[in-house]
Amino acid sequence: MTEQWSPVSTAVATSARFGVSIAGARLDLAGTVLFDGLALDLPAASWTCLVGPSGVGKTTLLRLVAGLADPAPGTIVAADDGRPLAGRVAWMAQQDLLLPWLDVLGNVLLGARLRGEAPDRGRAMALLAEVGLADRTAARPAALSGGERQRVALARTLMEDRPVVLMDEPFSALDAITRARLQEMARRLLAGSTVLLVTHDPMEALRLGDRVVVLAGRPATLSPPVEVPGLPPRPLADPALMALYQTLLQRFAATPDTVA
Amino acid sequence: MKVLRPLIVCAGLIVIWQAVVLVFGLPRFILPPPLLVAQTLVERADTIAEHAMLTLMEIVIGLVCGTLLGASSALVMATFRPARTWLLPVLVASQAIPVFALAPVLVLWFGYGLAPKIAMATLIIYFPVTAALYDGLRRAETGWLDLARTMGASPSATMRHVRLPAALPAFASGLRVAAAVAPIGAIVGEWVGSSGGLGYYMLLMNARVQTAAMFAALIVLAMLAVTLWFALDALLRRLLPWQPDSDPSRLS
Repeated sequence: MTEQWSPVSTAVATSARFGVSIAGARLDLAGTVLFDGLALDLPAASWTCLVGPSGVGKTTLLRLVAGLADPAPGTIVAADDGRPLAGRVAWMAQQDLLLPWLDVLGNVLLGARLRGEAPDRGRAMALLAEVGLADRTAARPAALSGGERQRVALARTLMEDRPVVLMDEPFSALDAITRARLQEMARRLLAGSTVLLVTHDPMEALRLGDRVVVLAGRPATLSPPVEVPGLPPRPLADPALMALYQTLLQRFAATPDTVA
Repeated sequence: MKVLRPLIVCAGLIVIWQAVVLVFGLPRFILPPPLLVAQTLVERADTIAEHAMLTLMEIVIGLVCGTLLGASSALVMATFRPARTWLLPVLVASQAIPVFALAPVLVLWFGYGLAPKIAMATLIIYFPVTAALYDGLRRAETGWLDLARTMGASPSATMRHVRLPAALPAFASGLRVAAAVAPIGAIVGEWVGSSGGLGYYMLLMNARVQTAAMFAALIVLAMLAVTLWFALDALLRRLLPWQPDSDPSRLS
């Protein structure tokens, strides 16, 4: 394929940017209250990273925003521009969730197919070029490596062109080098989006987030947000990050009854 | 080796067969030697082919009818919750009632022609087809369904673009089972009442103590079933190239 695709804009228009606020969030699993009355603000066009030990309820909090979990009474999830949030959110999970019967291009175009819209193949091709997969558009997911599959998932997420992007451990299943590359790619391509990234890795949060929030304890509480200095994606060797890393670990440990 | 293997198995079976005839000194009307069966097969090729065509037609039409009926039942059950509670007992009952018990009634209703055999083959494959597709439809990965939801897909679009394709490998397994058992339905139908087909021919030859001819027809029936199964298997593999293949030799 020698065809050239013009660079594609993945930035959300400034006028379309908005933040999201969560208030009174409650999670009740078989009688155990995992958290109650949580409040979290996702500022517009900024990356908020939510870190915490496994099983603390990070994923559920994200699914509440995604509209995938039924909110308990009292839970409020609202966009700060006053319009409903539904239909303006894209979701990316730890598993790539590629449909094995569709090729790479078909997977990127899945949203349009599901909504019965005309597929914008040009934009899909441009996004695939952006994630470095321009020559693999006709491949089936089974023929791709884990990193390539997650890049397709990233292109599919970008294809949705939503102002809010929710990412649930999207890099956790990858090897260290692939992970670092994909983190940088995602950070670059989702620079203008309102992002909530859930991760169990404080270092990942510090590399990518504009703000980092720790969810820990039982019932879990949110720490005040840590503002990370410098422009993401930040180099891991940054001494400032190491200092913040210590702070985050202390917040993890501040709640000794946390189940790892 | 792939071609040789079934030939070796066949040759081995023929040798054992011949050995049994020789060792026990069985008369030809109890167990005819392989060579005699082969001879009879060649001599009566025309007659047997005629009956075989009829049986094949019953099997294929039965397969098509059973598949259509089973697939629509599964789709209805997966789509409408009330249909599930109403249809599921019928589905299980259809499997609990032996086809052999129904065969005489079906002949009574549909006569001696093709219809009762097709009905029998349809009945016998209805359960495996329906159960396989229904199971497949219910087992779509929840992550895919969540993704479809965040993408704003309607339930019918999710069914068409996610659930249904995801269920196809399970459906294909059901079809393979169906291809293997459909001949039973057709043959039982022919036994109970007919004037043609391999089942009818076998029964007739049995009554006339022409055991060699009966065996010849039996071999043709077996070959028919095996060919049908492998043809369907090859077709399904072509249609579903993304289907996870558990062939251990292909695992890395």
